[in-house]
Amino acid sequence: MAQTATPTPNSIASMPEMRRPRTERHDAWWLENWPFVIVFSIFAVYATWRAVWPHEATLYWSDPYLSPFYSPLIDPQHHWLPRLISPAILILWGPLGFRMTCYYYRKAYYRGYFADPAACAVSEKGHKRYCGETSFPFILQNVHRYFFYVAVFFLVVLWYDAIRAFFFPNGVGLGVGTVIMLVNVVLLTGYTFGCHAWRHLTGGGLDCFSCTASAQARHKLWQGVTRLNEHHMFWAWVSMISVGLTDLYIRLLAAGMLKDIRLL
Amino acid sequence: MAEATMRIFRGEGETGKHVDYVVPLVPGMVVLDAVHSVQAHQAPDLAVRWNCKAGKCGSCSAEVNGRPRLMCKTRMDDLPLDQPVTISPLKTFPLIKDLATDVSWNYRVNKKIPPFQPRPGVEWKMYQRDVDRVQEFRKCIECFLCQDVCHVLRDHGKKDDFGGPRFFVRTASLEMHPLDGADRVPLLKKTLGIGFCNITKCCTEVCPEEIHITDNAIIPLKERVVDEFYDPLAKLWRKIRGAKTA
Ligand code: SF4
Ligand code: SF4
Ligand code: FES
Ligand code: FES
Repeated sequence: MAQTATPTPNSIASMPEMRRPRTERHDAWWLENWPFVIVFSIFAVYATWRAVWPHEATLYWSDPYLSPFYSPLIDPQHHWLPRLISPAILILWGPLGFRMTCYYYRKAYYRGYFADPAACAVSEKGHKRYCGETSFPFILQNVHRYFFYVAVFFLVVLWYDAIRAFFFPNGVGLGVGTVIMLVNVVLLTGYTFGCHAWRHLTGGGLDCFSCTASAQARHKLWQGVTRLNEHHMFWAWVSMISVGLTDLYIRLLAAGMLKDIRLL
Repeated sequence: MAEATMRIFRGEGETGKHVDYVVPLVPGMVVLDAVHSVQAHQAPDLAVRWNCKAGKCGSCSAEVNGRPRLMCKTRMDDLPLDQPVTISPLKTFPLIKDLATDVSWNYRVNKKIPPFQPRPGVEWKMYQRDVDRVQEFRKCIECFLCQDVCHVLRDHGKKDDFGGPRFFVRTASLEMHPLDGADRVPLLKKTLGIGFCNITKCCTEVCPEEIHITDNAIIPLKERVVDEFYDPLAKLWRKIRGAKTA
């Protein structure tokens, strides 16, 4: 290599003795979390409004479409359910718990909301006591697989709703709402069955995939789940957006602000 | 001739500062070449570890513009050269001199992990599908970039309670081995403190071997810990199966 230009030792930029700055990263690391924080916050505010605002609790149904926020529909006439509690509140804990304990969402909100860490190689000044997921409340993340079972139940119900969306009061047909509900449930299925806990249950917990016939079958299933799991973040995003938009569409129909277009 | 300013950390023990060196740019140059140029022509006492210059020995780990990288795998033309290129030693480990740090803590953690133990009476036959998972983990070159970036070690200093991603990769390679019979799950929970990992994936982002550390090693191991310690149904199922086998 050619001889270099004049050396310029000690010319710089004093870094106080051994004190490293918060980060030496030159890129816009603070931008990384904004997409998640913005979209997720909008979703959370919207879902809360839809679930708790009394008037909203009447806008869940536009024949034959049922909003995913209100499905399965429990006592919408409030025969036994107190007026203050909407049917959505009764059920939303399931999907909400599933997402809040999902390994992808955990990563995203630990980074985005807790800045723990805000970005890689960016120090967390001020976070004195760190327990990670070893103590309350985050140790509860270990129940994720139980929320997976709950999510599968909801998925079955949403598939029922999507099929029911073909049956209009005047016969079988296809509306824009039917397509929306079908796309939504497909995206939710992709999200649910790419779950890490499911990946573990199908075959991840095995050490030997060839040792028994059932292990061989489980290996095939595990491979399929792995393929979905590799894009789990994608499924998490699109399914969250689609479930919000599906609810919004049905809400606008129910409020008479939009008219469904019949395609067939 | 085009030039770049290398802002290299110089120091020993407890003191040090960054020093600017201007180096001529050569086509295809990597950061390690630039550091070698400084060492050859301007600062012969600059301490830097390297061996293979091919991204395989894991020696040349450092923080380039604040990102943990292998210097020999970081091309100069991928960096913004209108500003100085900052090169610092790994932050998580004690400094020896300049870019060399003392990573011996890692070897002490490694000793806590029981090595491969074949199951009694095991047949020494494996199929490719059984070793695919483990082979990914065997790609590890022990560069310790993942250990450096992991906030549990880097910021929270949990070296006594937490093994770090490199050692979850190693444990996974043993736990998922089709012929191995040892149970390292209690070790994962207690000694290696896998619960401290909050799966924020920085280790995966920096791994030069592109090992899916979080998705393929840590999360599957966390699920095994759940099986053994947090899932009452799994416990019950094991009891029933145990009773049946008995
Ligand atoms: S995913 Fe876990 S082990 Fe990897 S860097 Fe993050 S906290 Fe550390
Ligand atoms: S897992 Fe990757 S980053 Fe960590 S030590 Fe091994 S090669 Fe380096
Ligand atoms: S890991 Fe995301 S849904 Fe289970
Ligand atoms: S010198 Fe061997 S990995 Fe860089």
